[in-house]
Amino acid sequence: MIGTRSRHWVEGWLLVLPALVLLVAFTHWPVIASLIDSLNSTPRRGAAPNFVGLENYQRLVADPVFAKVMWNNAVFAFGTIPTSVVLALLMAVWVNSAIRGRAALRLAYFTPTILPMIAAANIWLFFYTPDYGLLDQITGLFGFGRTNWLGNPDTVLWCIVVMTVWKEAGFFMIFYLAALQAIPPDLTEAASLDGTSRWYFFRRVTLPLIMPTTLFVLVNAVINSFKLVDHIVVMTKGGPDNASSLILYYIYETAFSFWDTAYASALTMVLLVVLALLALVQFGVLERRIHYR
Amino acid sequence: MSSISVTGLTKRWGSVTALHGIDFEARAGELVILLGPSGCGKSTTLRIIAGLEEATSGRIRFGDRDVTALPAAQRGIAMVFQSYALYPHLSVRENIVFGLKVRRLPAAQRESRLERAAEILGIGKLLDRRPAELSGGQKQRVALGRAIVAQTPICLMDEPLSNLDAQLRQDMRTEIRALQRRLGMTMLYVTHDQTEAMTMADQVILMRDGRIEQKGRPADLYMRPATGFVARFVGTPPMNLLALEGAALTALESAVPVLGLPPLPRGGHLGVRPESLRLADAGLPALVATVEYLGADSIVLCEVGGQRVAVRVDGATDLAPGNAVRLAWRTEDTHLFGPDGTRLAPERVEVAA
Ligand SMILES: Nc1ncnc2c1ncn2[C@@H]1O[C@H](COP(=O)(O)OP(=O)(O)O)[C@@H](O)[C@H]1O
Ligand SMILES: [Mg+2]
Repeated sequence: MIGTRSRHWVEGWLLVLPALVLLVAFTHWPVIASLIDSLNSTPRRGAAPNFVGLENYQRLVADPVFAKVMWNNAVFAFGTIPTSVVLALLMAVWVNSAIRGRAALRLAYFTPTILPMIAAANIWLFFYTPDYGLLDQITGLFGFGRTNWLGNPDTVLWCIVVMTVWKEAGFFMIFYLAALQAIPPDLTEAASLDGTSRWYFFRRVTLPLIMPTTLFVLVNAVINSFKLVDHIVVMTKGGPDNASSLILYYIYETAFSFWDTAYASALTMVLLVVLALLALVQFGVLERRIHYR
Repeated sequence: MSSISVTGLTKRWGSVTALHGIDFEARAGELVILLGPSGCGKSTTLRIIAGLEEATSGRIRFGDRDVTALPAAQRGIAMVFQSYALYPHLSVRENIVFGLKVRRLPAAQRESRLERAAEILGIGKLLDRRPAELSGGQKQRVALGRAIVAQTPICLMDEPLSNLDAQLRQDMRTEIRALQRRLGMTMLYVTHDQTEAMTMADQVILMRDGRIEQKGRPADLYMRPATGFVARFVGTPPMNLLALEGAALTALESAVPVLGLPPLPRGGHLGVRPESLRLADAGLPALVATVEYLGADSIVLCEVGGQRVAVRVDGATDLAPGNAVRLAWRTEDTHLFGPDGTRLAPERVEVAA
């Protein structure tokens, strides 16, 4: 009896071992290592790091660039998330209805997602190029002059916002499409017998039923908004004057351009805490209003 | 109350023809059952009548109102779906009054209709639950509740009992029938289960491959099946149909004088129900193949000239496989079908004469 039970115990641990190893090696250990690094000074010229307590965090509070990138990130999140989620839902509803050529439409909407980030960024780089760029050529037709979209601190972040919405909306649409198709057609038919308008049905039935998807999409959108780095590397390098720098790009710069690993670790910890808090709030608030089957 | 009249209904999907001209009439307050094997076009017919599907041609009238071109919402019908179609995120209460809210019925009226329906169906205690917290039978009741509160003169049901277990199905049959009578609804009810049709219907419409095979009172279909298909579909166990050829024909012809059979149509079928057959001293010679004991009766499967014949006998029997028996039946229990499968009418007249 005891023999079998202990063998089951061992088997159980053996089964989770691969996942556990990966999780510890690539998630838990880096978090702990970053935490330790953030409490020490950056090792320079062979000098070993020494414990500095919260010094890195104090520096962070006073850092105007940090304040700037956090603000940029907030603007970026508010600029991209609602727009891309609403757009994704609208496209999904449209593509889900029985229209001609919807397979082609679905593919068209999904293309931004399957394009490599670098390629996409290059396409948009061309759109935004002064004089030759698509945008300038179009505005030129209406008599507007040359605009350096990416070179102007007032427009550069919005350029990134527009591109991100373009990319994310198609991705989120796929999730919404799957959710919409999981709604039994019987429900629509039963409602149509009562004379339910499409809008009423959408509000009272469709929206509540796809709430789990909305939560999933929102969590992803928020995380993505704090994770964006590759487009910035390709398009703006955070410039001009940090006008398009976001938190992760700042961390990347600090760690791999300035090699200030301790400070980068402190920034990383802040990012982690922010993300954890956001996820908690979302799950806490939304879950109460969500119906799970 | 409102009658339903369907004329020349056809439905095509590209090259698939689901309905080839359906005509029938349901009188006001009647329970009419569309019966037939899976894929014969019952649901299609019902959905066209509901307005969920468009007919390729044909007319539908409710009373003296032509509704063929009306959208579903304006037809004034309630429908119970096979899947129940309950909104999973809404409570039972909200599910039942959903349609009333859409129709902007005042809250007081909604409440009183809900109360009445809950009382009729005995679901008062379930009103605050979600569909996921209900059993199949309870979901079925909620779906019925939704149809009741609509207070429409016409109610359509598509295989409403097919997801319930046998015992519950039997109870619900009686209950739905009583409900339909009490509320005076004209009800069109789709099922593939001939027991439901026989026990509930005022009129049965038996369909096959998009055509009506026969329509009439349950007893009409049982006693005077218009085709061999009807004969085998209605009644359990199904009617024995002996192909009039080969050894079986020879055996039958030898028994013609004893049993007083009418002339047998070669290439057609002779039908006789298992419950009409009895074991006798003289009659059609047969060999017992197997015996199924069912409690109140037993089904003895025999062979006649290489064809199977089921015989129903009361209680248990001590017959064993291999026993030679003779089968007899009353002349008027003989059904004859021509080579094209249709009933041969004159045979009745001859017997009566
Ligand atoms: N939307 C559709 N498109 C094409 N063929 C269909 C469609 N709906 C039903 N059919 C066909 O029509 C026939 C009748 O179907 P249905 O009315 O659902 O049968 P039943 O309800 O009697 O089982 C079937 O052969 C089915 O395959
Ligand atoms: Mg069906």
